[in-house]
Amino acid sequence: MDNVILEMIDITKEFPGVVALDHVNLVVKDNEIHALVGENGAGKSTLMNVLSGVYPHGTYTGSIVFQGEECEFHNIKDSERKGIAIIHQELALVPYLSIAENMFLGNERARGGVINWQETRARTSELLARVGLHENPDTLIKDIGVGKQQLVEIAKALAKEVKLLILDEPTAALNEAESAHLLDIIRELKRRGVPCIIISHKLNEVEQVADSITILRDGATIETLVKDVDEMSEDRIIKGMVGREIKDRWPARESEIGDVYFSVENWCAFDPIDEDKQVIKNVSLHVRKGEVVGIAGLMGAGRTELAMSMFGKAYGRKITGTMKKDGKPVEFKTIQHAIRHGVAYLTEDRKTAGLILINDIRENISMASLGKLSKRFVINRNREIQVAEEYRAKLNIKTPSISQLAGNLSGGNQQKVCLSRWIFADPDVLILDEPTRGIDVGAKYEIYTIINKLAAAGKAVIIISSELPEVLGISDRVYVMNQGRIVGELSKQEASQESVMRCIMQSSREG
Amino acid sequence: MEGTQLTNRNRKIQFNARQYGMGIALIAIMILFQILTKGVLLKPLNVSNLIMQNSYVLVLAIGMLLCILTGNIDLSVGSIAAFIGATSGVFIMDFKMDPVLVLVLSVVIGGVIGAWQGFWISYVRIPAFIVTLAGQLIFRGLTMAILNGQTKAPFPDIYTVVSAGFVPDVLTDLLGPISLFGKQLNLLTLAFGILVSVLYIISELRKRAEMRRYNFAVLSPAMLAVKVTLMVVGINLFTFWLNDYKGIPTVLVLLGVLIMIYSFVTSRTTIGRHIYAFGGNEKAARLSGINTKRVFFWVYVNMGVLSAVAGIVFAGRLNAATPKAGVNFELDAIASCYIGGASASGGIGTVFGAIVGGLIMGVLNNGMSIMGISVDWQQAIKGFVLLMAVAFDVLSKKKK
Repeated sequence: MDNVILEMIDITKEFPGVVALDHVNLVVKDNEIHALVGENGAGKSTLMNVLSGVYPHGTYTGSIVFQGEECEFHNIKDSERKGIAIIHQELALVPYLSIAENMFLGNERARGGVINWQETRARTSELLARVGLHENPDTLIKDIGVGKQQLVEIAKALAKEVKLLILDEPTAALNEAESAHLLDIIRELKRRGVPCIIISHKLNEVEQVADSITILRDGATIETLVKDVDEMSEDRIIKGMVGREIKDRWPARESEIGDVYFSVENWCAFDPIDEDKQVIKNVSLHVRKGEVVGIAGLMGAGRTELAMSMFGKAYGRKITGTMKKDGKPVEFKTIQHAIRHGVAYLTEDRKTAGLILINDIRENISMASLGKLSKRFVINRNREIQVAEEYRAKLNIKTPSISQLAGNLSGGNQQKVCLSRWIFADPDVLILDEPTRGIDVGAKYEIYTIINKLAAAGKAVIIISSELPEVLGISDRVYVMNQGRIVGELSKQEASQESVMRCIMQSSREG
Repeated sequence: MEGTQLTNRNRKIQFNARQYGMGIALIAIMILFQILTKGVLLKPLNVSNLIMQNSYVLVLAIGMLLCILTGNIDLSVGSIAAFIGATSGVFIMDFKMDPVLVLVLSVVIGGVIGAWQGFWISYVRIPAFIVTLAGQLIFRGLTMAILNGQTKAPFPDIYTVVSAGFVPDVLTDLLGPISLFGKQLNLLTLAFGILVSVLYIISELRKRAEMRRYNFAVLSPAMLAVKVTLMVVGINLFTFWLNDYKGIPTVLVLLGVLIMIYSFVTSRTTIGRHIYAFGGNEKAARLSGINTKRVFFWVYVNMGVLSAVAGIVFAGRLNAATPKAGVNFELDAIASCYIGGASASGGIGTVFGAIVGGLIMGVLNNGMSIMGISVDWQQAIKGFVLLMAVAFDVLSKKKK
């Protein structure tokens, strides 16, 4: 075992009332990509926080051996000095500073406090090349996409001579092409002697890229699978994560599809800031009663913009086109108007645009339907509590109490709170934007079940998702969107990963 | 019905630990100064004084709380209060207008000023800090221009009654004087205490019945009795205390009504919920169908109105309109909210907390004045208390 770079032995970490990690063991070799998987709340992040010194030595029991040396990290600086770099889901870059400035932030190429800009730029270009990013070092971070920002973060870690790279959900916000590129970079780094721990919910990626996989469940190590020794299929991983086999990742649904209920034709919208930039171009689509329609496409295809422009012009300006609901033409001037007419939009990013994290579950659920719960402006609090309890039971929101703050819930439960809000608003048309982003397999399944129930109740459901298998798995019909246009419409039978990608490729070539 | 058992567990009386803590801090500070001032602080005369001295800052603190709930502040309230004082002075003393009409007009002007600022803040999206900083300069300047740098006095009686007068004891006039321990009682004041107690008991019982109807757990009868008794004793002790001087200050009635209305609006109505939602996450609020612009606008209109009320009370208390009226009132109002547990980033805070925060500042001021500590030191100590109160809050949150 001479090539082991990291050994975490018997780590136990307790928070008041909960054991977050229960004698966890993790062994990482210096020539591998090691995936850490588990449902939300399984202890992955806690384990990485112990490793990086966020939870200082002494607040946990067990030992960390890094490069053959027992380590006691008291803060993040300590672990960084040893060469452990962690890149969080929320990137730690300053948007209004350039790539070069971000690259050496806190680690400036300077003598006596005066920065050597020539060296900074030169070194930045070098590091960017190593991660396959061809950008001018003077470009501001805000002007490059999330995928590239992720690469900058990795380059930044390389600048600090990283020995072990930890990536927390690196591809959660990336599209397929960006993800593939990122995974290539990680493989390349491994070849050059930088091993990596990757935390991911995207099991297909884990399957592709990992040399070994450690599975955590409920704060305990369940098993470690090693490439070429154990089976490493998605199903195998899921079995380890949830402790049982999930036979069907997409719960079956008896579709009872009715008449066309909601449609837009020749829908156009322009960028709210840049008036001349057309974001949505002549989109026509429709959804029937009881039907689940998926909108597939790459990140930046304009799907969220389309959804929001239909939702009471929440996005865009100079919006034109006709919208029909239940056979009658309608125009929603405001979001209130759209909601009153039975349209609901579940936001893409639940933390920044969906929930009020400092409010409790009850207030988050009632938010869009306060009119229903009040008489002459006065809220009936008791009824509100009743409603919140009802939805907690119905959607299986796992929480000790409805007075729990939304910010303290796991991703899956947060999403259920958002869904509760809109189901309680009782819409006829639901637009769900990335309904399962960043949530674990078990909770995903529950959310699919909820979607099925909504369709069975005769609602018209539109699903936007960047995870192709998900769109294909739950939709009755799929629209493919690219560069602000609908470039394909596929029935359930026609829709496959290949056919969707073919639509996108073809339109890109023509466009 | 399903979930009832769980419901019962959840519907416990929820206490905001922070506010509870601030209430205790207020009592502790009162006891401290009661000792340091050798019993002067809580003398009935001084209690009346304390209420009147702080009334205008408390009125401002109520409005400021709403601004702070949206995650902003209003720096212009002191200048607006002064401006209202000045215009009232000119209307009454120079134009000989009817005082009651001027009172109404003042509140309207306050609302218009609030709408002016609200327009820039909410619809043009200029940061509130900048708009109200501009307002502070604009209305201070206009005040000085209107008054020509001079003081105008005196105001008619109606003004002084509002801010420095007492509710006349009509009950004694009706029933004749009644004495206890050789002292004549202010019957109206005592009757008022009893009335408030009765209303309180009724509201508690109604709340209980309502919760029963929804199958929620309620306090045990013994606990309820303890709670109600404590409150009733507290209320009546307070009115009995006031009775010993001149009875109920008029401004206390005004304050009480404002506190009740705003507590109710913030905690029980959709309007209040919209304000909290706005401060908690504006984008989420907007996408849930809340008209965020309108909420933001009206919060500042409201602040303008309450600034006018504070301006009237202050003018009445000084019995004059002066160019220097209301200087630094905004800072006292903001400090009251923060001491009372409001969060600078918005979405957290209560009217009750803001009032407790204002009273802490008021007791500090008053107590130190009685002790003969100079104003410069008072200011330094108040600043330190503000910092410590918020630091305590931040640190206690971290511990959790």
